[in-house]
Amino acid sequence: MDMRPPPPATQTQGHLLIDDVVKVYDPEGAAVLAVDHCTLEIEPGEICMIVGPSGCGKTTLLNAVAGFHDITSGRILMDGEVLCSTDRPRSTPGPDRIVVFQNGALFPWKSNLENVIFGPVMQGKLGRREALDKGRAMMGDAGLSGVEHNYPGEVSSGMRRRVEIVRALMNDPKVLLLDEPYRALDSLTKSVMHEALLEIYYKNRVTIFFITHDLEEAIFLGHRVAIMTTRPCKPKKILTVDIPHPRDYSVLTSKRFRELIEETNDAVHEEALKAFQAGEKEG
Amino acid sequence: MSGQLAKFATNRAFWRGVIAVAVFLVLWEIGARSKQWMTPEFFAPFKALLGAMGFKKDYLPWIGAVPAPSAVLKAWIAVLGQAGYWQSWYMSFFRVMGGFFAAMLIGIPFGLALAVSRVAHGIGFPTFEVLRPIPPLAWVPASIIFWPTQELAITFITFLGAFYTIVINVLGGARSIDVRYFQAAQSMGSSRWDIFRRIILPGTLPSIMVGSAVGMGITWEVVVAAEMISGGGSQQAGTGGGLGFFIWNSYVGGSYEQIVVGMISIGIAGFASSELLRWAGRYATPWLRVR
Repeated sequence: MDMRPPPPATQTQGHLLIDDVVKVYDPEGAAVLAVDHCTLEIEPGEICMIVGPSGCGKTTLLNAVAGFHDITSGRILMDGEVLCSTDRPRSTPGPDRIVVFQNGALFPWKSNLENVIFGPVMQGKLGRREALDKGRAMMGDAGLSGVEHNYPGEVSSGMRRRVEIVRALMNDPKVLLLDEPYRALDSLTKSVMHEALLEIYYKNRVTIFFITHDLEEAIFLGHRVAIMTTRPCKPKKILTVDIPHPRDYSVLTSKRFRELIEETNDAVHEEALKAFQAGEKEG
Repeated sequence: MSGQLAKFATNRAFWRGVIAVAVFLVLWEIGARSKQWMTPEFFAPFKALLGAMGFKKDYLPWIGAVPAPSAVLKAWIAVLGQAGYWQSWYMSFFRVMGGFFAAMLIGIPFGLALAVSRVAHGIGFPTFEVLRPIPPLAWVPASIIFWPTQELAITFITFLGAFYTIVINVLGGARSIDVRYFQAAQSMGSSRWDIFRRIILPGTLPSIMVGSAVGMGITWEVVVAAEMISGGGSQQAGTGGGLGFFIWNSYVGGSYEQIVVGMISIGIAGFASSELLRWAGRYATPWLRVR
């Protein structure tokens, strides 16, 4: 099994190292081991897909990187800098690591454009006027012209997700943390969103840490796909997707894509089955 | 404006409402006049049972005991020209608004403080929870003793009516803000003050509006009772002690039509204030209009 990351891309920042991380929920009580000595290295500019059944602990990992949760032991480094470790279990959330949440977290009381400019204005990186100009330009690039002054509640869920990705990119993050962002979308919208995400990615080449339970999505988008074991969570198999970027939708019908699915399907299915049986026992 | 009227004219729900009110009035009128048609013999077979229930001979709790809407309308028209009637409106409105705005002014910051500060919650919430179940009307005697004027006493009672509801709604609203909004704002570099101003305040606004609308309804319930109990405040009897006192005075004076006039006046006043708040709420939370 090849555990080494692929050759470095053109991007120089956004290197993420998850080093021997353990997470135990409620250590004094139920002591649920969510993440078990998980090590994963993500290269600058890489799209790394994390695949695992629901509730396997992959979101725990993402929350640890983002700084929303503590880790129990191990450490997480970004560009060589320690974000969190056994001694300092929670990293400080910051604009260098922006999360796009599962059900979306656009502020419903702000217009799409106001949402998009939130980060740079809060950080004082841009004046309001500059931020508005940049926000409009980036929304235009993402095919969002015309909905700037609508509230998030007024546009489709696919558009909302795109607005949220633009909002994240406005912070110039080193790593984009995506937590099953397309889960709630129907499969047709999803396929459009995948191409749109890649299009945005080719412009920015930002490191992407993408959680999903959809294997096709993972192989279509990722440079590498890390298949995680179900609770406790750690990489079971890491697949390097040797289909060259830039990709478009024709990849889905290619022979190589099908082969890669076949190669990994068993591993994913095995974990899903384990998760299902564990769930049955608990219930 | 005329377009809006035209929309009303073709709106099914609107006409359903109009017809329902009309049917209610007609039934009431028929009921009120029924005393003339229903002879005591009609009830003869039930006499023993009704007597056992405590009803006096020939007097039944029939709508016939209530003045007919036509009579009420007549009394209303008569009273429209009297300064005392309008004075009652003014007094009740003044007390309701005074109590209500005081409740907003104190209740909203208090609720927010309970929501954001663990210390404030630890200090304020237990006392609040013990006082909350005490009905505002139970405060009337204590309030009259405590406050220097009856006016202040009544306003204080209306304040209590709205205060608890507003605080509970603000607290619940602030607490139920999705944690992801805080996480997103924090990641994007917001300070604690930014989070308060840009997440907690707008996130609580819908609950503030709901709490205010409910609180406004309660102030009208409370002000009327407080006026009745305290004898209309500092005003001399009959010259405008508020709508509650107007009703009480009509009852004492034996003008049953005027009692109903007072009741309907309060209904209209309460409806108008709630409508005003709903309108303000829609204006304050434009993002909720799209759902």
